[in-house]
Amino acid sequence: MSKIKMPIEKSHIMMFARSIGDPNPKYYEDDDEKVIAPPTFIQSSAQYDPDYFLRPKIGGDNWFGSGKEATGMKPSGSGSSGGGAAMGLHAEQHYEYHQPLKVGDVISAEVKPGKSWEKESKRAGKLKFSESVTEYRNQDGELIITATSVGVVTEKPVEN
Amino acid sequence: MLKKNEIKIGDTYSEKIVEDLKRTQIVQYAGASGDYNPLHSDDKFTKEIAGYPGVFAHGMLSMGMTGKMLTNFVGDGTLKKYGVRFTNQVWPGDSLESTATIIDIKEEDGETLAEIAIETKNQDGATVITGSAIAKVE
Repeated sequence: MSKIKMPIEKSHIMMFARSIGDPNPKYYEDDDEKVIAPPTFIQSSAQYDPDYFLRPKIGGDNWFGSGKEATGMKPSGSGSSGGGAAMGLHAEQHYEYHQPLKVGDVISAEVKPGKSWEKESKRAGKLKFSESVTEYRNQDGELIITATSVGVVTEKPVEN
Repeated sequence: MLKKNEIKIGDTYSEKIVEDLKRTQIVQYAGASGDYNPLHSDDKFTKEIAGYPGVFAHGMLSMGMTGKMLTNFVGDGTLKKYGVRFTNQVWPGDSLESTATIIDIKEEDGETLAEIAIETKNQDGATVITGSAIAKVE
């Protein structure tokens, strides 16, 4: 059972729509009933994941971004992944839409691990791919969106 | 919404989805989406630790902006599927153009569906996103 419980709120949809530069008036309606969400809005369910690893935790002391130092990550015992060479990137994202999101819905998410595979690349060395499938359901247990995400850890930074 | 009698296989629709992407927009996306990966807002970390020339956009920001073109083309609330692969990074200063191409029109369970190929390119012609979508047609 997932810990995510995401209330669908129109102010959140408004901020999300602004951030992707989409002026579609349907994302900014005053009337709750008329508001719809952009197709990738469900990605912001990360806001409601208490353990989401890409958000600094209040009172946490191990955030990997910079402060005084270039990273706040404490060196680990193994020393093998101390550098930044191995870095996770987003490789693919797929959504299947079963029903529209509605303001007032409370969405829960169930994440299932998927396939994993490896590939050699010229631009980034060995690539380790891993897939996860998330089922987003509303308060009545109805399936709203199925999302498939593929992450990749590269051996070295991608050459540009 | 796309109309069956107005579309055919091979039809395309293009839109400029961002001109001179600003770092601030990347920060806006981090704030709205909740993805605060320092690769997208923290130049010091991104250069010194991750080994990239500087911060770059979330793949999901590029997918979100590409989705703007897509919903402008197929209409609101008509998407059944939308998926992408991130093929190149998107950097501050980039200008992106996104194109949808109808590659199939089919009947399925009493609905008419358009299958769409998607490509988003930067100002140098490099493809940053390839993808596909299925949308309901009237």
